[in-house]
Amino acid sequence: MMQAFLGDPMAMILLTGALVATSGALLGTFLVLQRQSMLSDAISHSIVFGIVVVWLLTHAQSGPLQIAGAALTGVLTVFLTEMVARTRRVKRDAAIGLVFPALFAAGVLLLNLYARDIHIDSHTVLLGEIGFVWLDTMPLAGFEVPQAVVWMSVATLVNLGFVLACYKELKLASFDWQLAAALGLAPTLMFYLLLGLTSVTAVAAFDAVGAVLFIAFVIVPPATAYLLTDRLSLMLLLAVLVGVASTLCGYPLAVRLDVSIGGTMASMTGVFLLLAFLLSPRYGVLGHWRNRRVKYSG
Amino acid sequence: MLELLGNHTVQTVTLGAVLLGMVSGLLGSFAVLRQQSLLGDTLAHAALPGVCIGFLIAGTRHLGWIMAGALVTAVIAALFVQVVTRYSRIKMDAGLGAALSVSFAVGVVLLTYIQGHASASQGGLDSFLFGQAAATRPSDLWFMGGVTLAAMALVALMWKQLKLVTFDPLFAGSIGLRVGVLETLLTAMIALAVVVGLQMVGVVLMTAMVIAPPVAARQWVSRLEHMVFLAMFMGVVSGVVGVLLSAGVPNLATGPVVVLVASALVTLSLLLAPGRGVLWSWLKLWREQRSIGQRQMLVTLHKLAEHHEDPYYPVERSMLDSFYGVATGHILRRLQARGFVVPASHMRQEGPHWALTDAGHNEARQELERMDWNQAGV
Repeated sequence: MMQAFLGDPMAMILLTGALVATSGALLGTFLVLQRQSMLSDAISHSIVFGIVVVWLLTHAQSGPLQIAGAALTGVLTVFLTEMVARTRRVKRDAAIGLVFPALFAAGVLLLNLYARDIHIDSHTVLLGEIGFVWLDTMPLAGFEVPQAVVWMSVATLVNLGFVLACYKELKLASFDWQLAAALGLAPTLMFYLLLGLTSVTAVAAFDAVGAVLFIAFVIVPPATAYLLTDRLSLMLLLAVLVGVASTLCGYPLAVRLDVSIGGTMASMTGVFLLLAFLLSPRYGVLGHWRNRRVKYSG
Repeated sequence: MLELLGNHTVQTVTLGAVLLGMVSGLLGSFAVLRQQSLLGDTLAHAALPGVCIGFLIAGTRHLGWIMAGALVTAVIAALFVQVVTRYSRIKMDAGLGAALSVSFAVGVVLLTYIQGHASASQGGLDSFLFGQAAATRPSDLWFMGGVTLAAMALVALMWKQLKLVTFDPLFAGSIGLRVGVLETLLTAMIALAVVVGLQMVGVVLMTAMVIAPPVAARQWVSRLEHMVFLAMFMGVVSGVVGVLLSAGVPNLATGPVVVLVASALVTLSLLLAPGRGVLWSWLKLWREQRSIGQRQMLVTLHKLAEHHEDPYYPVERSMLDSFYGVATGHILRRLQARGFVVPASHMRQEGPHWALTDAGHNEARQELERMDWNQAGV
């Protein structure tokens, strides 16, 4: 029964998608609130560098070493960006745009020079394909479990644990950085932990949906939830729900049209954002328009 | 190096890199100054669905259709960002990120649709993602040249307006300029530059081509006209050096090399540019710290001598060390080299002593005067 579930391609694809959506939304909520969304874009590109370097050093293509390497690269990206921005010669947005393409370019070059036969090429890293996750399994507790499901479950649990354990710290760092610093709640540490976990999750997710589509699950569902509520706890919950709903709607559509499943799932997040933007009772265009009418007529 | 230039492919690619460097340096300057650096990133990703749509319409890898499609979807994404950030509480970063990732997702969907359905070969479509400079054809150069010329003409014609919108959009609006129209025009032109560069350096690296040369140029000059020209020059240098380097070494993809050359230029400019260079301010800070230590030491010795009513009062170094909480030997030696202090004789069981010279007293008095003046706020 359990093996039948784990061996069912559709169940596994949906499960992986839901895990990617959940783990992404948990972190993305805080990134969106801290106005650091584009760092997830930067990280998901620059981990190419980390993946290649770790492969060159250890020949590990996946597993804990790759994940550690990616986390380090992500933190390195953020650290370098902060360093460039702190010279105050370059604005922050430009600093992001200077650092990650350089790391990405270095990664692609190393790949070109030393690792031409390696299976991870920049295609897989950037695009991925969730449709094949059920093929790549590993034994776990007597069952053959798809690797992506294992790693994404771990990532989701870690992210959930992080958010639950540091909820107060993350909340204050998102809404009042100065106060958090003054109270000794280490907002900078939280910031680096958050982005370190984002890199870890990106690596775990890149096999499934590819790095770029992972950004969609990090940014878009939280942005959607941001239009629907003012409560952080509710925003987290809504973001997860929107992400999971996108994967559930995306899958049948992709199968029907015979196109990329991951791509369709990520596109669906955009549909939800658009709906929220137009229809949200308080912060949508409709709500805005209605509030204005009420204001003028009353 | 020189025989490389005789190679026809290398000639084509080099010329393409020159054009790309010019157009991205020119338009990137405005993007960077308007703090919209990452707009280029979003536009580059948003071009992907357009590339696919253009391909689907033309049924083949027809550059004109592909470019038109890319331009249209890129501009739609940029407008989406503008509208969403203006009419909802979503901030710029989330707007850019959402537009980027969702349009890229749509692009991936279309790409797989083409792979599965289109009968014609989709050969070379991937090159728009990762860039393939060697695939640049002579006919592409005409197109790139046309775009570059059009961008230059537009900037030259609208120079005053664009400058004002870049530096003071509120004032520009108040004197009746159509700020929204001009901003959209700039965005569309940046989209055009991005689209032109896509097939040479690819989506990710195009981001860098829009940002790096203007940022490097900004370090050296402070006038917009100088910055624009220097940014174009930096763009051309990164392009040409990158192309030649990658042509000289086998297996080296052009796009990444071009971007790394541009990044190196930025690093050098940030460190070394006269006036703004980080290295110079570090050096200045270091010198300042050193001289503050020396000045403090002079004043301390001077006051001690005054207090003991002995101008050549010998002070034990270990006492100075514990007073300042740091080792002061190097400061004293530097002061000695400048003739302000001399080692004084001391009893054998004690450590080395130092005393001020007459020149040292003079210097200390001047320093105290300066401090008084500073305190008086004159």
